[in-house]
Amino acid sequence: MDFFRDWGLTLLIFAPLIGAAVMMAFPKTDESIHKVLALGTTLVTAVIGVVLLIDFDYDRADEMQWAVERNWIDIIRAEYAVGIDGMSLPLLILTLLVVPLVIIYSWNHFPHPHNPKAFLMLILVLHTGMIGSFVARDLVLFFVFFEVVLLPMFFMIAVWGGEDRKYASLKFFLYTLFGSALMLVSFLALFFLAGAETFSIVGLSDAVAEGGVSRNAQIWIFGGMLLGFGIKVPMFPFHTWLPDAHTQAPTQGSVILAAVLLKLGTYGFVRIAIPILPEAAVVWSPVIGALACIGIIYGALGCLAQTDMKRLIAFSSVAHMGYVMLGIATLTDWGINAAIFGMVAHGLITGMLFFVAGSVKERYHTLEISRLGGLLVSAPRMGWILGFISMASLGLPGLAGFWGEFPAILAAYNPANGVPVGLFRFYMVVAALGTVLAAGYLLWLLQRTAMGEPSEEFANNPEITDPNREEWIAWTPLLVLILVFGLVPGLIFNITDPAVEANISDCLSTDVGDDKASFDVGTCERDGIDAALADLGVAIGDGE
Amino acid sequence: MSIDLLAQVQPFERPAIDWHAVAPELILLGFGALLTLADAIWLERGRRFTAPLAGIGLLAAMIPVITLAIDGADRTLFNGAYVVDNFALVMKAMFLLSGYVVVLLSTNYISEGDYWENEYYGMLVSSILGMIVMASARDLISIFVALELLSIPAYLMATWRKRDLKSNEAGLKYYLMGVFASAVMLYGMSLLYGISGSSILSEIGEVVNGPDGESTVAAMGVVFVIAGFAFKVSAVPFHTWAPDTYEGAPTPVTAFLAVASKAAGFVALVQLVFVGFWGRDDIYEPLMWALAAASMTIGNLIALRQTNIVRMMAYSGIASAGYIMAPLAVAGESATAADESLRAVVTYLVIYAAMNLGVFGVILAMARKTRSAEISSFAGAFHYAPGLTVAMTIFLMALAGIPPLGGWWAKFVVFRALVVPGTISGYVLAAVAAVNSVIAIYYYLSVLRTMWADDAPDGDVTPIRIPASLAAAMALTAFATLAFGVWPPLVDTVSDVTLLVSGGS
Repeated sequence: MDFFRDWGLTLLIFAPLIGAAVMMAFPKTDESIHKVLALGTTLVTAVIGVVLLIDFDYDRADEMQWAVERNWIDIIRAEYAVGIDGMSLPLLILTLLVVPLVIIYSWNHFPHPHNPKAFLMLILVLHTGMIGSFVARDLVLFFVFFEVVLLPMFFMIAVWGGEDRKYASLKFFLYTLFGSALMLVSFLALFFLAGAETFSIVGLSDAVAEGGVSRNAQIWIFGGMLLGFGIKVPMFPFHTWLPDAHTQAPTQGSVILAAVLLKLGTYGFVRIAIPILPEAAVVWSPVIGALACIGIIYGALGCLAQTDMKRLIAFSSVAHMGYVMLGIATLTDWGINAAIFGMVAHGLITGMLFFVAGSVKERYHTLEISRLGGLLVSAPRMGWILGFISMASLGLPGLAGFWGEFPAILAAYNPANGVPVGLFRFYMVVAALGTVLAAGYLLWLLQRTAMGEPSEEFANNPEITDPNREEWIAWTPLLVLILVFGLVPGLIFNITDPAVEANISDCLSTDVGDDKASFDVGTCERDGIDAALADLGVAIGDGE
Repeated sequence: MSIDLLAQVQPFERPAIDWHAVAPELILLGFGALLTLADAIWLERGRRFTAPLAGIGLLAAMIPVITLAIDGADRTLFNGAYVVDNFALVMKAMFLLSGYVVVLLSTNYISEGDYWENEYYGMLVSSILGMIVMASARDLISIFVALELLSIPAYLMATWRKRDLKSNEAGLKYYLMGVFASAVMLYGMSLLYGISGSSILSEIGEVVNGPDGESTVAAMGVVFVIAGFAFKVSAVPFHTWAPDTYEGAPTPVTAFLAVASKAAGFVALVQLVFVGFWGRDDIYEPLMWALAAASMTIGNLIALRQTNIVRMMAYSGIASAGYIMAPLAVAGESATAADESLRAVVTYLVIYAAMNLGVFGVILAMARKTRSAEISSFAGAFHYAPGLTVAMTIFLMALAGIPPLGGWWAKFVVFRALVVPGTISGYVLAAVAAVNSVIAIYYYLSVLRTMWADDAPDGDVTPIRIPASLAAAMALTAFATLAFGVWPPLVDTVSDVTLLVSGGS
């Protein structure tokens, strides 16, 4: 175990690159070698993930575990600092789970123009970037991994995408790059203004708490991060790249994009922006909340207007990430716990929706909702799967989607100190209305695609079959987890809560020192919610 | 009378020469002579030895550079006219290694054309000799001799394809503009000599720092000399030769001009600014500021419109000259600022050499099939030359500054050098550089998009055969580009240099 504690995360980050390097040595005609190598590599990372799950000390989920710190770029004091705590563990495991499943799904489904070698190598490079982003504890390191993700995704869309792939890929790239440029500027400004001579998240957070950065500067810097991370989430009004990218991306790209890449943005908020700049977060929270609510409603209305199934799912992502952002905007640890749960749930559910959409496209050669129909008749199992995940997506209690949305809405009732309560209660109502719209568009989608009789052009089409072996292997873990997390949400909440409390509550409590009374009220309120949820059979944390 | 004078003249005494210090130059000189001899003795039969001989010569010259670096002592020759300090050694190593990569790039290109090879490599070696002399030259005359030694072979190399009108145009333009710039520079040098009575940079530095430095004559001298080198590094508004010369010259020569020749100009500029002109930051700072801002902006904006990749790279090179020059615009603020900007310039030059040579390697390899440098002719490369496409992606995205490829670190240190002094002009220039970085990404990305996503013209997807030397050149540069980006301390250790005579601060 000691070996893993020192080397596990490093191995995790670089294993996919090593895999890709090995693949480079084989000619592209040996397709099966490439598939085996790529799958093998991702399975190795998954096994390390299992070891991590076993070795992880859940009683100390608020501390960085498997932490490693080495000098990297001395002259700017950037470090190779990696580690895992309760906040990043669920997202890392999600990544380690989804990527092998995507490769299994690809087995016989490589999109045009085929070329599995290049496709799988890109996925592996992407894998490195995603893992690295979730384990980095140094801003420069985080930035590097954040950017590593960009190029493989760009090429995945640009080469293996749909008809409009060039436009969509460029839009994706330029949007994200613009955001990350602002993000880098914010990081640098923090570094120079805080004068802490470090890029480590904890170090900067301490330096800011000691008053190293003026309030105005904090607000500006947070604004830069808001744009940087907000574009990646994506938040309204920076979301326009998402429907294009999702619609044009190959199925595998869409799944990874939805399941993992969008989380990099929200993860940035809870890991970097809020812990380092809590004061500025309080100032910006009404804006984030407002954009989140607009996203929820706008995304839902957008869904109702779509005629393309994939585009509809993309818009539903905008709405769902709105709930996540609303949870974050409350700045309560309850809301942020919900947000992290929401990220995992959205990753599983929307990833699954894109898988199904991809398989539908492969069978029907179209995703025009008006031409589909009768999936339950032609391919009943697939129809049921679509029904199941639609239910999960609309937030049916008992499935994972519920635990992302409901607590986030609940948290908006009583946001953190300094955040306008009345406004957030209004947001709460808006967000609650959004769930109705979500039910509307998802049920309508289900009705139009799964119910009824198959249209004439697809009736008795032998191509329209139930999921094949690869699809079952790829989908079953996701479906099971959607159900398990829905029934036992504590599986995630118990891991995230200590870490969220350590990262968020501590730093927010520092600026309410002069307002002790109201802070106590806040704590009481939290206990109240805990009690309420205890009735529902959910345990949050291990109590104070 | 004249007899008296003659009697007074001391008998000539050879100044003491530190043979170790000048060993790299002597080795290159020897190999240059050897190349000419090989040509004279073996004639046609000598052809196949020439490229390896040149390559071996460049690598052999690296040996004394390394031993000097291990020795570590600063050496001064000829009363301070010739200095071997760690700045000089780092730049010499860079010139020799990029020269070696240029030999690798040239091998097949030159041997497949129907031209004399010995002369080509002879001139290449003597041009590189001029560059490594430049790295040590701390005296106006040595600088000028080094400049001519590196430029004149380069003029000839640009016209290498003598039956091609474009190549002739390239060389002629380069020559005329080069001579003009030399004349301007020489005039500036004469003014500097006039006020200081010395050609040694450190002595000029003392005078320029003193009361005489306030004079208009000194200011004119500074401006003229900087303008002359601004031509060499193709900074706007002295850039007009670059696109035509780059396009018309044989591609390996273009790579050489874009990397080594440009770096030599910067080496001279750095020496002049830090040693000679240190006291007149009121002159060189605004001048550098304007040159840097104009080069970045105009270079990038015109690059957006290019359809020929070599021309695009020419404009991207103009923009890069702006980035490299930018730190010099704040160098005079303080001792820290000076250190930071020197480090930034050296870091950028080293990383830029790797990534830019790489781009030209890919262009050469692609042109073996497409016979064209039009960007559209590279369409669909991903389907028949995935390796080249990935290599091009690495190099262009490195130039764009996407981590973890080398260029991000180069840009990062430039930004750092600009904001460290905390002056308004530094911040504004940093903002200009930031906006320009985003513009640059667009045209780099559109090349990549053509290569990855478009369909090959006429559906021709026969693979490209890449000769071994070209492949080696691309592998070396790709490795360096990646290594510098993933592990920046690698380049930090070499860029942590000081000039032996850095002016008062």
